[in-house]
Amino acid sequence: MNVTRGFTGRPRVPDAGLPPGQYDAGDDWPVLSAEVTPELSPADWTFRVDGLVEEPRTWDWEEAHALPGSVYEGDIHCVTSWSKFGVRFGGVSLDAFLDAVRPRAAATHVVAYSHTGYTTNLPLADLTGGRAWLAWEFDGKPLSAEHGGPARLLVPHLYFWKSAKWIAGLRILDHDEPGFWEQNGYHARGNPWEEQRYSGD
Amino acid sequence: MTETLSTFTPPTRFAVPGRIAVSNRAAALWQTATLTEIRRETPHAATYRFAVPAWAGHLPGQHLMLRLTAEDGYVAQRHYSIASAPDDEGHIELTLDHVEGGEVSGWFHTVARPGDQVEVRGPLSGFFAWPGDRPALLIGAGSGVVPLMSMVRHRRARRSDVPLRLLVSARSPEELIYAGELGAETTPVFTRSAPAGVPVGRMAAAHVAPLLAEAPEGGWEAYVCGSNAFAEHASRLLVAAGQPVDRIRIERFG
Ligand SMILES: Cc1cc2nc3c(=O)[nH]c(=O)nc-3n(C[C@H](O)[C@H](O)[C@H](O)COP(=O)(O)OP(=O)(O)OC[C@H]3O[C@@H](n4cnc5c(N)ncnc54)[C@H](O)[C@@H]3O)c2cc1C
Repeated sequence: MNVTRGFTGRPRVPDAGLPPGQYDAGDDWPVLSAEVTPELSPADWTFRVDGLVEEPRTWDWEEAHALPGSVYEGDIHCVTSWSKFGVRFGGVSLDAFLDAVRPRAAATHVVAYSHTGYTTNLPLADLTGGRAWLAWEFDGKPLSAEHGGPARLLVPHLYFWKSAKWIAGLRILDHDEPGFWEQNGYHARGNPWEEQRYSGD
Repeated sequence: MTETLSTFTPPTRFAVPGRIAVSNRAAALWQTATLTEIRRETPHAATYRFAVPAWAGHLPGQHLMLRLTAEDGYVAQRHYSIASAPDDEGHIELTLDHVEGGEVSGWFHTVARPGDQVEVRGPLSGFFAWPGDRPALLIGAGSGVVPLMSMVRHRRARRSDVPLRLLVSARSPEELIYAGELGAETTPVFTRSAPAGVPVGRMAAAHVAPLLAEAPEGGWEAYVCGSNAFAEHASRLLVAAGQPVDRIRIERFG
């Protein structure tokens, strides 16, 4: 351990909800995206799931909203070290979309992509079983554009760069394919509890 | 693996550079950085020079992860852009704003002195990097000028004639980081107070339009850096002035 002379840090209470290397951002919700925030109206938004599936499909805003609603209440963790506790997102469980397209047996990975062209890769298993959402509400209000509105992917058990803003679709694959940040040195999976920040962690 | 499924490209693409290789090994390794010098830049910002003997080098615009460790094992880590040009062998410089109540910047501004050691890993992310090969239009505010200054310094050190312009916003001349080093490539914009004869106000279309009008052949690669509010504002100005969205790279400090 390399102790930094004179560094004590803020007074703190150990918090079992905080993954290693993270701090509680409190009410702040920093914005971190590399591209220009798109002005995307719900009427222009679509969500497509294709690739290794039995029945590729595209949903528009109304069709997606006709699916049974689902809420995530819990924490989110950003690789830049902040975590945010007790957030509430409203949307639809990703299972509802995946069940409709039926991934083939060979399917193992997913590339999620945004209306901006941003991409991020995920193991398919991280998106099923009620652990991922398509979210369009935050705290009961429409998700703001800078946080990915009208709709973003939400995979709260992984670092937040995996939760692609302005989500446009999922391409189901039989292999892993690095997305935008992953090509720029970030970890393929990004589990905050194992501090999988950069490739090689 | 079927052909249609390899290397998926989404229907739209923003500026994924592709031309900049990121060293995964450097990104994964913590190294000890020894503080050798502190230079005051403004009342709220100072530059910290470090010796990092095994530093693998970086491209202008890249950042690193820095961590401080308390005696009880508590760790604080934050991202900082690299201010120095790549040629500064075995040394790197960071410029930190003193954030009110800030845990890491607070330690730097009130405790740190030459000889102290911290840990760094990097350089990280090739996305915001500028290798020096394409005309660059740089727009920053506050400490957002830090990665842009690395680009300016790199271009000077190389005596390069690749077109480069810097538009930088600061509260006042006293708050303008690197004021003494900025040259003909720079247009400062002051939001609270300005020297006699210079207008006060925030960055506007009138600042951006002339730079786009004088765009070199093939256009600018735009780099925007600062707080999120500034990044939103400046990137909108660029888009409104005709800069293509896929040629704007943004680094938001949160
Ligand atoms: C890619 C990137 C590059 C960056 N480059 C630079 C750079 O070149 N220069 C630079 O100066 N910054 C840079 N930043 C910002 C930097 O990472 C830090 O966010 C900044 O230095 C503040 O960190 P801190 O530990 O001093 O403040 P923090 O402790 O993180 O506090 C930030 C704010 O939250 C408040 N706060 C949070 N928690 C508490 C609490 N428990 N109690 C009281 N107050 C609290 C503080 O009062 C303060 O206002 C960069 C960020 C990114 C993402």
